[in-house]
Amino acid sequence: MLQTPTSDQTTSRRLDPDAPPVLQLTGLRTEFQLEDGVVTAVDGVDLTIRRGETLAVVGESGCGKSVMARSILQLVDRPGRIVGGQVWVPRPASTEVERARGRSRRRRRRRETPAETTVAPEGMVGLIGADPAIIRAVRGKRIAMVFQEPMTSLSAVHRVGDQITEAIQLHAPMPKDVARERAIDLLRRVGIAAPEKRVDAYPFELSGGMRQRVMIAMALSCDPELLIADEPTTALDVTTQAQILELLASLRDERGMAIMLITHDLGVAAQLADSVAVMYLGNVVERGDLAEIFRSPRHPYTRALLRSIPKLGQGRDIRLAPVRGMVPHPFARPSGCPFHDRCDSFQPGRCDTAPPPLIRDDQGHEVRCVLYEEDK
Amino acid sequence: MTERTERRDTGASGTSTDVWDASELELEGATMSQEGMEIPLPSPGGDDESGPTPELARAALAQGGTASQWRLVWRRFRRHKVAFVALWVVLAIYLIMAFAEVLAPSTATAQDPDYAYAPPQALHIYHPSEGLGLYVHDFTVTQNPETFANEFEIDTDSYIPVGFFVSGEPYEMWGLFPMDVHLIGPEDPDRPFYLWGADRAGRDSLSRILYGSRVSLSIGLVGVAISLVLGIALGGISGYYGGKPDTLIQRIIEFLMAIPTLPLWLALSAAIPASWGPLARYFAITAILSVIGWTGMARQVRGKFLSLRTEDFITAATLDGCSRPRIIFRHMVPSFSSHVIASLTMAVPGMILAETSLSFLGLGLQAPAVSWGVLLQDAQNIRTIETAPWLLLPGLAIFITVLAMNFVGDGLRDAADPYK
Amino acid sequence: MGKYTLRRIGLMVITLVAISFVTFWIIQLPPGDYVSTLVAQAESRGQVITPEQMAALRVRYGLDDPFLVQYWNWISNIVFHGDFGQSFAYNRPVSTLIWDRVALSFFLSVSTLLFVWAVAFPVGIYSAVKQYSPGDYIATFFGFVGMAIPEFLLALVFLWLGVRYFDQSAGGLFSPEYVDAAWNLGKVLDLASHLWLPILIIGISGTAGLIRVTRANLLDELYKPYVITARAKGLSEWKLLVKYPVRMSLSPFFSTVGWLLPGLISGETIISIVLSLPTTGPLLFGGVLSQDMYLVGSFILILSALTVVGTLLSDLALAWWDPRIRRRYQES
Ligand SMILES: Nc1ncnc2c1ncn2[C@@H]1O[C@H](COP(=O)(O)OP(=O)(O)O)[C@@H](O)[C@H]1O
Ligand code: SF4
Ligand SMILES: [Mg+2]
Repeated sequence: MLQTPTSDQTTSRRLDPDAPPVLQLTGLRTEFQLEDGVVTAVDGVDLTIRRGETLAVVGESGCGKSVMARSILQLVDRPGRIVGGQVWVPRPASTEVERARGRSRRRRRRRETPAETTVAPEGMVGLIGADPAIIRAVRGKRIAMVFQEPMTSLSAVHRVGDQITEAIQLHAPMPKDVARERAIDLLRRVGIAAPEKRVDAYPFELSGGMRQRVMIAMALSCDPELLIADEPTTALDVTTQAQILELLASLRDERGMAIMLITHDLGVAAQLADSVAVMYLGNVVERGDLAEIFRSPRHPYTRALLRSIPKLGQGRDIRLAPVRGMVPHPFARPSGCPFHDRCDSFQPGRCDTAPPPLIRDDQGHEVRCVLYEEDK
Repeated sequence: MTERTERRDTGASGTSTDVWDASELELEGATMSQEGMEIPLPSPGGDDESGPTPELARAALAQGGTASQWRLVWRRFRRHKVAFVALWVVLAIYLIMAFAEVLAPSTATAQDPDYAYAPPQALHIYHPSEGLGLYVHDFTVTQNPETFANEFEIDTDSYIPVGFFVSGEPYEMWGLFPMDVHLIGPEDPDRPFYLWGADRAGRDSLSRILYGSRVSLSIGLVGVAISLVLGIALGGISGYYGGKPDTLIQRIIEFLMAIPTLPLWLALSAAIPASWGPLARYFAITAILSVIGWTGMARQVRGKFLSLRTEDFITAATLDGCSRPRIIFRHMVPSFSSHVIASLTMAVPGMILAETSLSFLGLGLQAPAVSWGVLLQDAQNIRTIETAPWLLLPGLAIFITVLAMNFVGDGLRDAADPYK
Repeated sequence: MGKYTLRRIGLMVITLVAISFVTFWIIQLPPGDYVSTLVAQAESRGQVITPEQMAALRVRYGLDDPFLVQYWNWISNIVFHGDFGQSFAYNRPVSTLIWDRVALSFFLSVSTLLFVWAVAFPVGIYSAVKQYSPGDYIATFFGFVGMAIPEFLLALVFLWLGVRYFDQSAGGLFSPEYVDAAWNLGKVLDLASHLWLPILIIGISGTAGLIRVTRANLLDELYKPYVITARAKGLSEWKLLVKYPVRMSLSPFFSTVGWLLPGLISGETIISIVLSLPTTGPLLFGGVLSQDMYLVGSFILILSALTVVGTLLSDLALAWWDPRIRRRYQES
């Protein structure tokens, strides 16, 4: 089922490079303070997603994709903590914030936070250190999430319909039966047969693929500007995987929402994305247009990744060349460029001393590697 | 009822969902084989630094590597400060039990009716005229003309020097070697020395508590050992084979658990013939306690087997063509022995409490034998407690022992299962 | 669901039959039987019973019949006539002795159960939500202490404190003037004022245990993916907590009845003996001491049956509460 991106897929969508951002991460850092030390799962990530854009975040398992995605809505598991950077989103309307504040009118005064020390981009608000009501107004309404495990991400003791209507009514108060109708519509839209019946089903009565559809319906229930899908298809079988990806593509085209698609599967990325961010050990090491990155990958890590993709027609018995070496242990982060112990172009004295600079070309293709420094 | 059971089992030993998938970047079309799964290790050989992340713990489990697994458990256990202290307390208690004869100032049976219900004497260090040195005061004893009970008055003029390793009441160390050395005692063995008071026959409470630890502590161990054998055997069969044997054993367990234990114990112990000697009684009581005790253990083991059965390394072993017993003993038992030890530690105090309750009621061990429960029997009567509240002291011994054991068990469980 | 309930009731009947067998076996366990007891009693009165008389008695009581026949005589009398046999010690039918006491025992156990829930549940939730807070440490410490004190010891300590510092006896369920009075409002109030102490004592170890169970259950649930999903919807923390993890963690809570109830009855038995409450405890205890086996057996049978019924009810409640369980029931 794999194809390297074909031209028609990438050219069919034209993105406005000046569209306003729906999410902007600056220097985001998330740490896990474990008994044996600190794991910096996300180590200074800068990313921007514009309206309508589909960004694929790819990288090996454990490189911090999920933690990064969860940091955006401050959903990181304990003992994770966001220790730096900021998450900028368009400022939600004050009515939405007040609604999210609900009956607890106590406006908690917050002490000096990073949000107030850096200047906010035009019309945006920083979520880190923000009033919890603002965060709640963004969660589900502006930015929705779909998680990897459809089996456990739904509450087993509530009917799926109730779980969807809960999200609907939370951000747009309406009578229960209206919300229920909307939930049925949503279920129909995500391709669930007999939605009038399924709306009263419990999650364990549904298959994995159906549950993921329910998750998607729930995420779509408030028309978010951005859908963060964290490995939405990893737990599913191949056929279902393809169906879910198609569903995401059609929903995106229909609603014009942006998607952050997190995957460790370059094939999945190729199917859906406009642009790609490659992560390695909590860093974004390369970011650019999908076609650009597939055509001319720059970072040695990206190149190694792409080399390991089987080509069509390649004999089955040819062993793929995976990336050399192993992902370093989280506590043993290499100094300088985190990739230097596995890199074929490693330059002693240069790569292992300081973090490599971010190099950006005219097309907006970014890479973090000393090989592309000007004087080189 | 099965449903309830299973839920409880998973509650106790459910494996956490795997958020850390250790597989490398999976590429579409490229089928990842099992052997391609690599678990990042810090540095080869640096194994005492291992265990910071679940992957590593899991890897250790998966290798069935008991040595490294034990090291992990131990490391995590040590971090649990209260449990660690409690472990020393438990060890100390068992040491005291082992050397009870020497540690006791007297013996369990030596009596002096003149000092019936003598209150505890305070141990002094400095005497104004005699100088530095341990001593206690004697009593002046008067008999109440109405009740005929002894009334004690501390005689501050008296001076009973106390020494270490003095010779006193003769005893047989471990029932083998005749000795008369006591760690602490009056230098003149005929003077009264009741640090924790005396009972109605003028026997030294402290000595009796020390001697009583023998029965109380060992009954826990023996009972748990019996429970363990039964529990592992039946729980293992139940969990490994599933199906009919499982259903049958589960029914038996449910049945045993449905009967309120104390009435059952009472009834069973009522059936022990009064003519049986102390040793036979001891084993009968232990057996009675274990009849109930094994069920909890069996459930634990079964739950563990059920969740392990599906884990990769067991599947791998099965595919490798290992025989069933081999799988059970080489792979499954090591990988949950730490859990079993944790729940054993939790089961011992339960047994101790049970023995104590039975003996307290006069249905467990009986009088010439001493156990903490038997000692507390003297405190059954509110009048007695009023005159001699120190007869409640065996309760303190029970409390400390059980508390310490519970802490150790809890710490062990946490250490064995950190993903909870 | 209906079918399941029927099936469960069927299973319960089987369990009850098994319990009755064990009970009868226990009744037969001590050496000697009814007739030898009668003979001993007669001899102690100075009468002599000839071997012929003994044989006649044995025939009359069917003591030489096979076990099953004896069992059937015993159980059919209970089921069809409410006749639990004869108490040797009291020389009265067991059924005239026990029911008042069983009722009080049951009442005491159920009150304790409610008390345990009322305390353990909120404390457990607090402890889990505020893990590692001072409150959590206090609750945890209390939990350990509560589990380490034998109930009877606690009762003794309270007795002693009561006599020593409050100059009143903590024992009994009624003030002297009400002991033999008929039931009226005054007696009920008097009962209530005496009840709190036994409830507290009996409940303490159950409460301690349940706090730990609740805390562990909730901690298990608090960080599950479905909670994150709910949080990602924008729910406030408090609503989220009550609606999702607390609700989930309640399932095991229902199933705790199964082990809590036998434990409470055990606790109740020994506490009643120490505090001399007019419940089953002291009578059962006396029966055991005098090997009054029909009395003992009746108590075991009744208490076990009550426990089994309680467990069934809690299981049905659990099915009502948790759709997953309901579904599994429907499948099986
Ligand atoms: N709950 C957690 N506790 C400790 N460490 C964690 C936790 N979650 C993630 N991590 C660490 O963060 C790193 C990144 O994890 P993650 O974002 O889940 O990777 P992925 O890219 O596969 O989604 C991992 O290496 C892991 O060590
Ligand atoms: S910075 Fe150096 S080590 Fe890092 S990717 Fe570039 S060449 Fe390789
Ligand atoms: Mg992930």
